[in-house]
Amino acid sequence: MDWQDLTLIWTGICAFAVFMYVLMDGFDLGLGILFPFAPTDRDRDIMMNSVAPIWDFNETWLILGGAGLFAAFPVAYVVLLPAFYLPLLVMLVALIFRGVAFEFRFKAGASRHLWDTSFNLGSLVATFSQGVVLGAFIQGIAVEGRQYAGGMFDWLSLFSILCGVALVAGYGLLGATWLIWRSEGALQDWARAMSKRFLVAVLLFVLVVSAWTPLVNADIRARWFEWPNIALLSPVPIVTALVAYGLWRAVETGREVRPFALGMVLFLLSYLGLAISLWPNIIPPDVTIWDAASPPESQMFLLVGMVFLIPVVLVYTVYSYWVFRGKVSAEGFYH
Amino acid sequence: MDLDPLMLSRIQFAFTISFHILFPAFTIGLACWIVALEALWLRGGAIYRSLSEFWTKIFAISFGMGVVSGIVMTYQFGTNWSVFADATGFVLGPLIQYEVVTAFFLEAAFLGILLFGRDRVPKGIHFTAAFLVALGTVISAFWILSANSWMHTPAGAELGEDGRFRVSDWWEVVFNPSFPYRFSHMVTAAFLTTGFVVAGISAWFLLKYRHVEHARIGLGMSLGLITVLAPLQIVLGDLHGLNTLEHQPTKVAAMEGHWEGGAGAPLILFALPDMEAETNHWEVGIPELSSLILTHSLTGEVPGLLDVPAEERPYVPLIFWTFRIMVGLGLLMLVIAVTHVVLRLRGRLYEATWFHRLLVVTTPIGFVAIIAGWITTEVGRQPWIVYGLLPTADGVTPSLTGAAALVSLVTFLVVYALIFTAGTYYIVRLLQLGPKPPSHYLEPQAAQVAGRPMRPMSKTVESFEPGD
Repeated sequence: MDWQDLTLIWTGICAFAVFMYVLMDGFDLGLGILFPFAPTDRDRDIMMNSVAPIWDFNETWLILGGAGLFAAFPVAYVVLLPAFYLPLLVMLVALIFRGVAFEFRFKAGASRHLWDTSFNLGSLVATFSQGVVLGAFIQGIAVEGRQYAGGMFDWLSLFSILCGVALVAGYGLLGATWLIWRSEGALQDWARAMSKRFLVAVLLFVLVVSAWTPLVNADIRARWFEWPNIALLSPVPIVTALVAYGLWRAVETGREVRPFALGMVLFLLSYLGLAISLWPNIIPPDVTIWDAASPPESQMFLLVGMVFLIPVVLVYTVYSYWVFRGKVSAEGFYH
Repeated sequence: MDLDPLMLSRIQFAFTISFHILFPAFTIGLACWIVALEALWLRGGAIYRSLSEFWTKIFAISFGMGVVSGIVMTYQFGTNWSVFADATGFVLGPLIQYEVVTAFFLEAAFLGILLFGRDRVPKGIHFTAAFLVALGTVISAFWILSANSWMHTPAGAELGEDGRFRVSDWWEVVFNPSFPYRFSHMVTAAFLTTGFVVAGISAWFLLKYRHVEHARIGLGMSLGLITVLAPLQIVLGDLHGLNTLEHQPTKVAAMEGHWEGGAGAPLILFALPDMEAETNHWEVGIPELSSLILTHSLTGEVPGLLDVPAEERPYVPLIFWTFRIMVGLGLLMLVIAVTHVVLRLRGRLYEATWFHRLLVVTTPIGFVAIIAGWITTEVGRQPWIVYGLLPTADGVTPSLTGAAALVSLVTFLVVYALIFTAGTYYIVRLLQLGPKPPSHYLEPQAAQVAGRPMRPMSKTVESFEPGD
């Protein structure tokens, strides 16, 4: 296998890891975003219980994404992390407050509301900073040699803020549809109402971001709107519209699993759209995956392990989710 | 004020890694202790399940804090040390990635089943989950210590023209010369840390006449472990020191406080090393003993700090003193191990309240020894980030401003102080609540037959519980 192919395989692995993170931590961050609006305290217990056994696992994909970049595309790791120094700091701190809330909340007495707030704000702020990072990434990064060459606030723009808000809506949708699946009764009805609101918000943001992206990045404009690409790529927005309609219908007709599944498909399509926009760059506007990739001896050493380990990881993911299947009660899995 | 991003980044890294290491140091041993208790529960004995669930709750809090503070570490290589990350990415990136896929996922997936799954999976699976979590903690230590050791003894890779290390032999990278010593020394330290926490808490329960049956099991098992590991750790530490002497002689000179090397060097017990005057004040030493320890000969040659130019020396006072703290605590551990054997042989282990008080005081000594040891070895690596090849000063992110580095440092200080306070508070509350009585876990019928909870040594126990 030559280095070109290896680099493609590693692009696939890293893209998969990031996407898994977005999906899996997406819905439990989403629950955190919805948290303060839940009808009762009991409902909040249920929401938290529904992800308590798996949140840690979901967050591990974030470490895989970070470590994967470091291993397979060190140039991207080296450039992107300093470029997003401040938003990443905010994200890490928010994830700390979100994460410890899972452990502390159920042990807390009077200070329980403190950890409710910690869980909610942690989720909200972590999501928002991830969106900001995404937006800043799409805008492009100043690179010199193999190092970041911009300032500490290059990430800050109206576009990146918009992306931050958009991701809050997106994770909120995932959280609400997850809750439809895992709850019942009044809470499920509430989750349905929330799903619809967040779906509308998501569609609005997808529209705005999709319209705005070609404006902030000329290469992306060329990618989508020049002939024959415009014809070849037109199915992406069309399928997105169909999936969104399907999701709305699924919520209306009382489906339990389908809204969550379609929510994930919606994310997949947006992710695909982003990939099409950026390909083959790993740091827009002009560092390609080949510029950033590790040499073959490093890629091979890791690949040998990944070929066995990633499927194993997926098998016990499925097992772990299966163990905690079904509707969740306020007592949850604690006894 | 002139803010130096390099110094601020170094302080931030030192602070966040010191904070983080407390949790893995504790959870590695605790996970294995939980496996042992679960194994005993599989063979029957509700008391073991009760103990296991008690310690699992404490494990969950510590593990949670370990996870969230660990994510910070993964990102910090890039945010603050991007030149270092650029130079070492081909080598260290894959090692860290292997840690994620072989250890982190394993721990995270089965932790859920360990914590919440007892009633949802068969007993055997629950035990397996406990085992896999423990295995994950040890695998994680394997990879991260391999990566760290490589920074001390960089083997199997060459620094290229473009300033990046390229791997020529992965086996040599992973099993670099200092790795076996560092790994065994650290894992043993982690077990000892947990041993002293379990011993201290059990002794505290005994002193308070609470959960006496649990406390006796905890005390007996943890002191048994300490008795084996405390002497072993001294041997491992000695071997690790000899390995350091071979690869990082300047570090050993700093640990020993030797400015002039040479034959027949004294073992310095007390001194105030002075970096500017290049000498020690108030030195108290035992003649020739250092040569004997390091070279196993009274006239053996040992390295001196003056062998290298001043700018290649690490900050000696810190290394000198943290090394003495670590060794002192190691010797205290040995004394406790020996005392335990004497008391046990005399049959007074569970009655000697002075010993229990001592154990309560020594509850945190493992943590202190680990932090002191890490300061010794990491400060001892300076001024290099990759020993002998890449200076620490060259590793910092070029785009990082002093103001941004200050903001992140202060943020981490404040946030970690808050989280640590809360975490400690909840752990102390759990300890105060104590384990549930074993009868809680018996089948209703069995509980009736047993009447009151099993009490194999009820005589002594009752004398401990005046209100019983």
